[in-house]
Formats: sequence, structure tokens, C-alpha cells
Amino acid sequence: MTDSLLSLRGLTKAYPGVVANDDVSFEIGHGEVHALLGENGAGKSTLVKMIYGLVKPDHGAMVLNGAEFTPSQPRVARAAGVGMVFQHFSLFEALNVAENISLGMENPPNQRDLSDRIRDVSQTYGLPLDPERRVGDLSAGERQRVEIIRCLLQSPKLLIMDEPTSVLTPQEVEILFGTLRKLRAEGTSILYISHKLEEIRNLCDTATVLRLGKKVATCDPREKSARELAEMMVGASLHIPEKAAAEAGEVVLEMRNVDLKSLSQFGTSLKSISFQVHSGEVLGIGGVAGNGQDELLSALSGEALTPDSAVMFEGKSIGQLGPNARRSISVLAAPEERLGHAAAPDMSLIENALLTGRARKGLDKNGFLRWGAARRFAKDIIEKFDVRTPSSKNAARSLSGGNLQKFVIGREVLQDPRVLVVNQPTWGVDAAAAAAIRQALLDLAAKGAAIIVISQDLDELMEISDQFCALNEGRLSKARRTADLNVEEIGLMMGGSSNAA
Amino acid sequence: MDLSAINPVLLIASLMVAATPILLAAIGELVVEKAGVLNLGVEGMMITGAICGFAIAVETGSPMLGLIAAAAGGAVLSLLFGVLTQYLLSNQVATGLALTLFGLGLSALLGQSYVGVKPPASARLDIPVLSDIPVIGQILFGHSFVVYLGIFLVVAVWFFLNKTRGGLVLRAVGENHDAAHALGYKVVRIRMMAIAFGGACAGLGGASLSLVRVPQWTEGMTAGAGWIALAIVVFASWKPVRVLLGAYLFGGVTVLQLNLQAAGVSIPVEYLSMSPYLITIIVLVIISTDRSKAALNAPASLGRIFHASS
Repeated sequence: MTDSLLSLRGLTKAYPGVVANDDVSFEIGHGEVHALLGENGAGKSTLVKMIYGLVKPDHGAMVLNGAEFTPSQPRVARAAGVGMVFQHFSLFEALNVAENISLGMENPPNQRDLSDRIRDVSQTYGLPLDPERRVGDLSAGERQRVEIIRCLLQSPKLLIMDEPTSVLTPQEVEILFGTLRKLRAEGTSILYISHKLEEIRNLCDTATVLRLGKKVATCDPREKSARELAEMMVGASLHIPEKAAAEAGEVVLEMRNVDLKSLSQFGTSLKSISFQVHSGEVLGIGGVAGNGQDELLSALSGEALTPDSAVMFEGKSIGQLGPNARRSISVLAAPEERLGHAAAPDMSLIENALLTGRARKGLDKNGFLRWGAARRFAKDIIEKFDVRTPSSKNAARSLSGGNLQKFVIGREVLQDPRVLVVNQPTWGVDAAAAAAIRQALLDLAAKGAAIIVISQDLDELMEISDQFCALNEGRLSKARRTADLNVEEIGLMMGGSSNAA
Repeated sequence: MDLSAINPVLLIASLMVAATPILLAAIGELVVEKAGVLNLGVEGMMITGAICGFAIAVETGSPMLGLIAAAAGGAVLSLLFGVLTQYLLSNQVATGLALTLFGLGLSALLGQSYVGVKPPASARLDIPVLSDIPVIGQILFGHSFVVYLGIFLVVAVWFFLNKTRGGLVLRAVGENHDAAHALGYKVVRIRMMAIAFGGACAGLGGASLSLVRVPQWTEGMTAGAGWIALAIVVFASWKPVRVLLGAYLFGGVTVLQLNLQAAGVSIPVEYLSMSPYLITIIVLVIISTDRSKAALNAPASLGRIFHASS
């Protein structure tokens, strides 16, 4: 039994109403990169939280290096050599890099020694990072480096990574993989959680697939195709969105030299953004988070106003119209942040349907709400988009991320927009639901609408967009036909290299 | 009108005494807010400290025991707030306001038999040679012990927050409690300690009013000092040194306008009375006009309820 680093035996954890992990057992060997695969809600997060000491299992045992391992809290796990890089970074924006790292250590050295050690480690593993910088000013990729270096400083035996590449450019992903391969060569084991199957086939030695809290299989991902892995996760065959070949029509929406100062502290201002979208076309806008995506969406949705003629819709200037005015002329948007921006968390699905559908679906009359019509509209969304919820009276907050996302997209799609702008339409959504959302967007385009998809998921943009452009530090590259691009070129466009255009 | 009756040396010396209650309360609240908790009950804790300190000092004849009792009284009251907001997850704003009302009522009840009583004089720091230096000696030395305690606490808090690991953890908890929890820090425990510290400081501030500055007990004697302390913390961008500046400015204008009133300046008394509040806030607003920088200093989790979910 001592040939494996960590073995999990029959781990079970139940929450009221749901069994998050049901008798899960597997082994992680020394110097192995072990993938943990599964849909949203399959129990991956609960499982790694048990290993990291954040959650106590109801039953089952863990053995680390031949000794019983029952971490009661993260610092016990860290002391035993388990490090974790979270999906949503657990960093403190107002503090600098060295302070952030020091908070994650048991016996941190003084600031100057720590800064030196950070520089050492960051050079050794090819992760450039300045210890004096304030974390709030760092990019997502740099923030992840902070977390990784924090773990590496403790020389972990097992490094847990929760969806590490979801916020990185392809080039940053390569750097990260280089680091992980180097760690593996030094004998560190890595437990790697991801949705991205190609990555797992590229990097991992072993994969464990979870479905609805149970282990389905442990396999060698290099011997399986991405499709086989996906079907193991879903437990059914997977529908791949189909794109009908359609001729692009006339220009529906155009932006001309839009400059927009960001309202938020850490936001990015837009700098002379220009593009056109045609009828029946999907325009994909790629780029790493924090390069102006939120600002671009707000300029398109009408939350931020621009000079009147800077935004043109079917030949009319709409730059000075607010969100409701734009909705009524059928320019709709679905922002990235589901809770709090796209939906009001504590209001029911019916009320949420009413909030954006009011004008176009005629859900009010003379200032009075038509609850019957609103209920029918909400029910329609729930049925057509397979939103899993006990009822339309449930609060938006109570839905899982994927289901709420289906609701938010469905709500806009069913209003038959001429222009639909979506930001991160499938962020944190599992494979089957993501496919359904993408199909709905494609179907809408086939009916002649112009679609703008802002996303950090390049596979998604390659799959559904006709034209691709990249957003980098608030500047938008020229649009190019997606079919003519390969991943390297896209990476260069996202990095802001202008000769790619 | 006789402005020559105003002695600048005495003015500065009494400024330090006048500023101390607010300074103590504000530096405590600063620590509480840096830990991410918004305790609006400062006024209530101050006045509770004022009567606790006053009563014990009168009963025992020892001002020092009075100050200890004041700190204890403020801390106990703040822990009530702590239990309600940290364990029972009640709303911090509403609970803080309730705490102020509760403190005002409780102090009035406790203080019924102390109205008009004279407290024992608190010891002054008389250092033979230094206190005799003209001007400087008069300004800097010979004050009550609490005046120096206030200045010491500002330095100590600054040092703690910026130079020690405990301070770093406290700021981390106030910045992002979920992340701090994920790293294994005890968010609730750290916040309870900060709340108790803030309560003790507010209590001391109240006692410095009833035992040193005035010194006597009257109902509602804090007269909004707790609210000014709260405002100073915000406008000082959560920086200890600026809190000192704000408190001394407020104390200075208070003393000055009292002197002006006494000298019979022909400005209506109402304007003079409001001037310390107005001037302090205007000056601190001007200092913190760079909005982006001020926002960076604000603890990001301030006032948000923390519930450790799995």
C-alpha cells in the first residue's frame, strides 16, 4: 500500500437532501498527475475540500504516505504536505503579493527573506512575479501564480488544482503546464480538476471520473478520446452543437471608435473600439478576464452611455439609449455575473423573467403587472431550456449556476432579439448544458439575429463564432474569420500582437 | 470682546485633553472596522464606559480602577453586539444602532445616584524637570494618564496593523473573510477579539470624558462624540495617524470655540458650537478626496455577514 501517496477509502459526505460523495475510493501515486473529472455538482469540490481539511467526511478514511490522515482544518493538511490552488482565488486584493503568501504559511519568515524566497521560486519554476505588487493590480494569470507559489513555498507532496486554466491564455496555460511537469519530475503529485478534456489528455497520467457523487471509473486519459471522457462524465451520449451554414446579411449593429472609462477600481477602460456584426452572424470576442469585457458589455447593453452615433443599430444611433430603451428596440444583453447582475438573487424566477421581459413580452399594462403572462413566460423558459428547478416561484439564488445560466440565456433568447450580447454564456456550466446554450445561440443566429459572444473559453468561440476578435487591455483587434484561425494565432491576438490582424 | 484672554499654551494643552475621548473611541473602532465589522454602537459603549468608570472611581476612590472598569464595561457591551452579529448573524447596522440606544438608556439608569457627585481627581503625570520647561512642558506634560494612553494606542495600533503577523491576519479577515476562512483562520474569533478591543477603547474614551475632561456625570454627556469618532475613522481612510489628526483637530476647534464664546466674540453661539463638527469633517473630506485611494483602504468585507459554509 505504500506505493501510493494518498489513498481515499470509501469517502462519503452527505448534505441535507443530497449526497455529495458516495463511497469514493481511489489512489494517487507519487509523482502522478491525477485528473478529477465530473460535471457541475458531481462532487469534485466536496472531495478535494475533504482532502484539504475544509470539510469532514461522514464515513471513510484517507491514508497519506502510509499514515492515517484526518485533517481537521487546512493548516493540518498543509503541515502534512497538501497544498491547494482554489478556483476562485482566495487572495486579498488590498494586500501585496508577499503579504498574501505569508498569510498562507505556518511560520513565515520576515518580509525581506520571504520576498527573496518568492523571487527564487518564481524563477526556478518560470512564474515571474513581483512580491511587492498589490494583488488587486494583477491579472488573473498572475494571481494564480501567487497561489501556486504560496503552495510551492511549503514544498507540498500533493498539490490540488481546481480548474486552474479557466482564466488563462493559451500561452499562460503552456507556462503553467511546464511548471506542473517540472513538479511532477521532482516527485510532487498533482490532483488536477478540470472541465477541459483536451488539457487532461495532454497533461494527466490518470483520471478519476465522478458522476452524481459516485466514482464511475479510473482510467488513463491518454487512451480515451475527449468524447469518451465526456460521455463518462455525463453518462449519456453528448450532443455537439451544429452550425447551419448561413450567409451573413446586412450590418445590424456597429460600434465606432468607442472610448469608455471604466467605472470600477480595477477595471479596464475601452480604447477606440470599432466592429460590425451582420445579421445571422456570431461574433466571438475572446480575451483574458479583466481586459475590458465587462465594460464592453455595458456599452452594448446601455448600462454605460457613449456618444450617440458611436453605437448604431440598423442605421439608427443608439449610443444614448439606456438598457430599457435598447430592449424595446430588441437589442438584448446577458451579463456574466449571474447573481446580482443578470438576475436578482432573492427574487423568484417569475419576477426575474418580468424584469427584462417586461417591454418585449408585454408583461405590464398601464403600470400594472400582468402576473399571468409573466408566469407563462417563466414557465416557457423553464421548459424550453430545461431549467431544473422545483418551481418557477423559487428564488434565483436557489438554482445551481448552470441552471440559472440556462434561465438567463433562455430569457433573452425567447424575446426574439435582433441583437443578443452574452458575456461568458457557459462559465461554470457543465458540458451538456453548455452544448444546449450554444445550440440555442446558433439557432437564434440562424433566424437572422446578430449574436455577440464575449468569452474566455476559446474552444467555445472556435465552435460557434463566424468572426473572431480579441480584446486586450481595452483594445479590440480586427475581426477575422474563425475558420481561418488556429490556436496559436488566437493566442497571439489575445496577447495584443497586432501583426496577427 | 477680548481675544487676548485666550492663552495659546493653555489652549493647546486643553486641546489634548478635549481630543482624548474621541481619539480613544476612534482608534478602537478603526481596529474593529479593519477586521471587517461595522459597529455603530460606539456612542452607546462610550457612555456606558463613562458611567461604569465614574461609578467605580467614586466607590473605590481610585481613578485607575475606574478606568479599568470603564474598559471592562465597554468591552462587555461590545461583546453583546459581537454575539448578536457574529454568532446569531444579525444585521450589523441595526444591531449597532440598537446598541447605542441601549447604552444610553442603561447608563442613565446606572447613573441615577451619581448626578452631581464629584469624582476623585485622576493622577497627573508630573515629571519634575520636564513639566517645568516653559511652554513645551506645559503643553506636553502634566496631563492625565489617559491622554498619553490615547497617543500610545495610536502608535501601538499602527505598529500592530502594519508590522505584525497578527495585524496582517486581522486585515486579511476584514478584506476577504471567505478567503481567510479557506486558509484556516478563525474569522469569528478574530472579529470577536477586535470587537472587544473596540468596546474597551470606547469605554476608556467615555471614562476620560467623565473622569478627566468634565469631570462629572450627566445623562447623555457624550453628546454625539461616538458618532464623530465613527466619522473620523471613515474620513481618515482607516489610517491611525490620520485618526489622531482628526481627533486633535476636533478637540482643538472645540476648545477654541469655547474660548471664543468666553471671550464674547460676536458670532452666534450656535455657529460656534457646530464649528468643530463642520471643520473636522470638511478637513478630513479634503484629505480623503482621492476617491480611488480611499476605496483601497476600506476593508472590503466591512459590514458583511460572515457565515462559514462548507
